[in-house]
Formats: sequence, structure tokens, C-alpha cells
Amino acid sequence: MSGYPPEVRKLIQVVEDTRRDRLKAPAPRRLTLEERENLVKAWHPDYKPELKRPLRIGVSKGLVVYSVIADILESWPIVKPGDVDLTNVDYDADVLIIGSGGAGLAAAWWAVRSGLDPSRIIIATKLRLGDSNTIKYQSGTQAATGPDDNPIIHFLDTIAGAHFTNNPKLVKVLAEEAPFIIRWLEDLGVRWSRVGDDLERLPGGGATRARLHCSGDYTGLEVMRVLKDEVRSLGVQILEFHPAVELLTNPSTGGVSGAILYNLDTKEYKIARSKVVVLATGGLGRLHIAGFPTTNHYGATGDGLVLAYRVGAGLVDLDTLQYHPTGVAWPEAILGELIPEKTRSIGGQLLNVKGERFIYELEPRDVVASAIIRECVEGRGVLTPTGTCGVWLDTPLIEVLKGPGTIKREIPALYRMFMRHGIDITQEPILTYPTLHYQNGGVLIDEWTHVLRPSGEAIPGLLAAGEVTGGIHGRNRLVGNSTADIFVFGRRAGIEAAKLTRETTVIEISLKHLESFIADLKSIGVPEKRKAPILLPDYRGEAVLKRIIEL
Amino acid sequence: MSQAPLRRYITIFFNGEAYSVPHGLTIMKALEYAGFRFTRGSGCRGGFCGACPVVYRLPGDYKIRVGLACQTPVEDGMYISLIPYVPLVEYVPRREELKPDAGYVLKLYPEISRCVSCNACSKACPQGLSPMDAIQAILRGDLRKAAELTFDCIACGLCSLRCPAEIRHPAVFRLVGRIVGVYYMPRSRSVEQRVKEIESGRFNNAFAKLLSMDPGSLRKIYDEYLKTGRLPGDLEV
Repeated sequence: MSGYPPEVRKLIQVVEDTRRDRLKAPAPRRLTLEERENLVKAWHPDYKPELKRPLRIGVSKGLVVYSVIADILESWPIVKPGDVDLTNVDYDADVLIIGSGGAGLAAAWWAVRSGLDPSRIIIATKLRLGDSNTIKYQSGTQAATGPDDNPIIHFLDTIAGAHFTNNPKLVKVLAEEAPFIIRWLEDLGVRWSRVGDDLERLPGGGATRARLHCSGDYTGLEVMRVLKDEVRSLGVQILEFHPAVELLTNPSTGGVSGAILYNLDTKEYKIARSKVVVLATGGLGRLHIAGFPTTNHYGATGDGLVLAYRVGAGLVDLDTLQYHPTGVAWPEAILGELIPEKTRSIGGQLLNVKGERFIYELEPRDVVASAIIRECVEGRGVLTPTGTCGVWLDTPLIEVLKGPGTIKREIPALYRMFMRHGIDITQEPILTYPTLHYQNGGVLIDEWTHVLRPSGEAIPGLLAAGEVTGGIHGRNRLVGNSTADIFVFGRRAGIEAAKLTRETTVIEISLKHLESFIADLKSIGVPEKRKAPILLPDYRGEAVLKRIIEL
Repeated sequence: MSQAPLRRYITIFFNGEAYSVPHGLTIMKALEYAGFRFTRGSGCRGGFCGACPVVYRLPGDYKIRVGLACQTPVEDGMYISLIPYVPLVEYVPRREELKPDAGYVLKLYPEISRCVSCNACSKACPQGLSPMDAIQAILRGDLRKAAELTFDCIACGLCSLRCPAEIRHPAVFRLVGRIVGVYYMPRSRSVEQRVKEIESGRFNNAFAKLLSMDPGSLRKIYDEYLKTGRLPGDLEV
């Protein structure tokens, strides 16, 4: 157990020396709407035009997205037509589900429930079954189940939270089916937190009713424990460490008819042919857009966007991402992990290196994140022992304000997380910086999860659910709506997949869709070494990478 | 900004080879720095998924210690070995086959009756849980207590590797958690009630109205709702 090194201890002294004065001083005033807008426009990554560019090829040519996303969308396929033998099919299925987070597992479960033979359903997943962002979710799932609440209010909160930029038809489905999802998971045996005989409902930012359903501090762990068990017990085929590297298409219709999978251990490709493909590949935090750390799991590299774009899928809102204002800036061991908003709502103050408050702590997330970035860029941040920048979150102040014991009672998970690294947050402040949290936009879908071309026409055989999709959360997602989304639309994808398989008889596979895409890549001069999907981030040290020879 | 502190380098040993890595990294990040790229043994990287159990020892000490590679900081002279996979034989019964009694758990996993209360499992648990107490609770027939004690289990499997009785703790605890979730938790009537209301079409008219509105009108309604706490008459349900 090391705690803070001596040079940081010196900086903490400033926090301690100013604490008494800060207790007496009034809080920074709330910003006016105009001030908020100016701050966000000046510092929030979403408003940095240099971080974005228009797509140069593909069906959404001209659409402005984050440049890092544009780079993976304008990358060479890992396998080109002719590289692989498509006549030798390894797996034949009715439904191929790519990804095994909440959306993928819900799709599998409901496809079985809708009458499909489980042995004809394949889940292909990059890492182990269930390795996903879902397993990390803590704060709960929004659903209007309370007597004072209803789906209409949930709908309106969601639309307003996204500044009226979402697809209302998708939001209606979300709000109307979320209570059903809570009951479904309860029936499967998810142990939701309870108060007496009823489920506990917690408040969340942007929600005008308390409608977050959680399972202690380990909501995702519990939900995934149950869903993994269910899907395994049903006998669905599971291929772990088999990410998809390309979709397969019917050469005459352009519809999707399977995928090329890649065995991460043996580096072999495998051909999976299926009547329907469900994309449930999740988000892209591990692309570290604009250099941010992330709350996301190891495999969150935006693969689904790449695969879908190559077969003609429309994209929406990929010029906006959610940066949570308070990620862990140090210790390195938990860099980018979440410090819950509650830490600020019970009195934790944000301070720069001089011990000064620089923002009212409970401004909207994008505003607080912008203010923290400003302090660092303008040289008032705190240099962490790993050389990154952060600001202080004065947690000991919470105990001064609300009494000893408050931290262990109100934010026990955070207390334990830091104690593992020798930092007692009741005694010492913590270093925080915004962290890349969520992909707001994604692949265009309709209410039954059909992936749409920009024209609005559905791509035959291709469904998508979860973080890979866009439209549900518009340009800003509310807490707890992501997990409502994955289960509501994952379920719909499973039901719709079962229906589509009955309408599909002939399955032909090809890589024909890549022909024009490759011609486009050549026309804009993309170097052939830039390939996607990238599958996993590369964290190897620079000294090693400089000398590396890939065989 | 204050002066950048100098980075201190330490030596770790992995598969018998020495590597110089920055102090302050986790085992996982230190190995990546040294040139390893994980496919197995890395999952959520935040201590929630149990993908990265690790065993290690420290210089001058013969004891084998355990932890999670994504949560354990490297120390100078540390000898490290990763465990990407714990090959437990697990039973995954269908929900209908679950039975709400400890005898059923014992039938599937009879080795739990061999627990000698040595507590090696608890010493190995990176979550700070007490698997031994949970096993004892099952043997007493108290599945509810066992489920409560192991709710935070991330199924890394380190306890099973240490257990002299060969108990498959993560599998046992998952089974017990399922049984308790399915049989012992009270059903929420409010959720049932709301689902029925939705299925009966109670909100259809209001939704039809909302879907016919443009964003400007929706904004007006929401502004008014925030001020008054009320929705317009035709949206009240």
C-alpha cells in the first residue's frame, strides 16, 4: 500500500490549508445558460472542430464525425475478397449474434423464446461471454415503474435530456417497454435492490422521477450473471475469443448473410453463414478519442460501426460522445474509472492546484467536464504522479460537512476502490479528470432494430441493438437509459430475428460489398496498413513498438 | 502546473524474465508497457469481471500471493504468473430445474461437504469476501445468507485454486444466487401493475399525440412541465 507519493502530499497540503476558508465562502454561482454554452463551446471535445472531419467515402460521405471514428470507417478490411475461401463454411446458423453484452444476450434469449432452435443460434464474442460494458454498470436501469411515474414522463425526460435530438419513435419503445424489462429480469432471478416488498427506485440526473433500478453497487455483475447463466442453460452456441472482422453479404440483394470470424488464439478465420445477423458489438471507449481515458471494457473498439458502414448502414450523431466529468485521474490502476456524481452532490468540492473552486459542482455533466479541462489546459491543474493532469475532488470535506461516517455510508464502493490503493478518501482528496464514457450515436435503426441505409430502407438480414446504435439517446444520454436500451432493443432484435429467419430460405455469401468500398479507399489514397476493425487497443510501450517486427 | 515528478523504474519478473517498468502501474499495464499484448486475461479492466487473476510473490518471501492483474500495483522484484482461465467443471441447469433447497446444491456440488474451514478461500479473495462462511451457510441450509455473502463475487476462481477440498466456489455461488433470485425474492407488485397498464393501452393516446409533435412543441411542453409539474390535459393519464 503506497498512497500518494511525497511530491503529491505537498500539493494536498494546499487543499488542507484552504479547506477552512472554503467552508465559510459561498459556493461558485450557477452559470447562466449563455455562460454554460460559452464554456462548453470553448472546452468540450464535442465542440472542437479539429477533432472531427467529414467522411470521404461510403454511404454517409460528407457526414461529420470524430476523426478517430472516420479513420476506422475509412480503413482497409482485414480480409479482402479472394483472401478467404467462402465455399468452406465453418458454422451454419439461423441467427448469428455478434457481441455478448446485455444486448447480445437479450437477443439470444428472446430468439429462443420466439421459437428458434438454440443450437441454430450462435453468439460470437471477442473476449469471454459477457465481457462488455454491461458488466460494469452500477447506477441502475431507468424504467417508469413507480406509482408517481409513467412512460410518458420517462419519454419526455429522455427527449429533453438529449436537447430534443433523439428519434421519438425509438424513445417511445424505450419508455414503454422498460418496465416490462425490469419484470422480465426479475422473473429470471435478478436480485434488484428492494425497499420492503417493492423495488427500490433511485433518482438520477435529468430524470424528474426516481426510476433507477439497481442491484446494490454491482448491478451489471448481477444482471450479467443471470443472463449468461440463462443463455448457457438454453443451449445457445457460444464462440468466445471469436470477434467478427467482416460481414458477409448476398451478392444479388446486398443483404447480410453471415460474418467472417477471427480466432484470437490461433489467428484463423472462420466462416459463419446465417439467415440473420444481430450486431451487438457495443461502444468505442478504447479508441481513447481526444486522448481521454475510458470507463469502457477492453474490447470497446467500435467494430460494429466499421462492419455496418461497409454494408451500407446509415450513421447518426457520431460527432458527439459522452465524457463523464469525474473519472479517476490517479492512481494509474483505476485510471478512467467512474467517480459517481453523488460524491459531488453530498458536498465534494472540485479544486484546482491553488485550492480554488472553479465551477459550481452540480452543473450539467458537459459543463463540469469543460471546466475541469479548462483548468488543466490553462495551467491550474494538478500534475499526477504519472504525468497526466487532474483536479482535486475534496472528499474529506464531505465528512466535515455531513459528519464522520458519511463516505462509508453513502459512497462505499468508491471508498473501497481507493482503499485498495492505499488512499483513504475520508482523509485525503482524490485526483479526477473527465473520462470517455459512452457512444451517444451509432448505426441507424428502426423500432424493430432493422439497420437502415441513409435512405431509410432496411438492409435485409441485419439487425442491431445497444450502444452500437444511434437515435435513442440523441446527442446526450441520461443515466440508466443505456441499460434500458440494451435490454429493450436486444429483446426486440431477438424476436425480430426469429421472425426473419422464417422468411429467409436461400443464404448466399460473398464479400461483394467490399469491391466498391475498396475502390473508394484507393481513390482517396488510404494506406493499406490502416486496417479495421482494430479489435483490441494496443497499449504496448513505445520503446517496444519502435523495435517491433510483426511476423 | 506543478513540476513533473521523475518516473521511478522498478524490475518485475514475468515468465522468469526481468523487465524494467515504471513504478505505479498495475500488473496488467506494466506487462503491456513491457511489450505484451493481451488477448486472454483482460476484460473490464476495472475489477468487475474476474478475467485477470494473477499469482505472484515478492522478493525475500516464499509466500504465493494472489490478486487481479488490473487492480494490483507492481512492486520491485515481483515474480508474476497470470491465470487466464480456471477450468472449473460447472453445471448450468435451466431455471425450471432449480430447486430451492441446499440438498440440491449439495447434489450438484457434493465436495462442499468436505469444507474443512481452513479459510484459504477467504484469504485468496480479491473482493475481500468470505467464501468459507458462505459454504458453511449452505451446509447449514441457509442459501439466502450464502447468496448475500457472495453477491459481490466476480468469479475469478482464485478461491477454488487454493481450496484443499476442491470446492468450485464461483460455480456454487452462481447457482445459489440463481436459486435465491428465482425462489426467495418477493415479487414487485408495482412493476406488475405498470406492465398491465401499458399492455392495456393506457398510454397509447398520449404517445400518439407526442409522436405527432415537432421538437419545438415538445420543448414547450417540457418547459411548462418543469415549471408547473403538470402535463397538458391530453397527456395526463
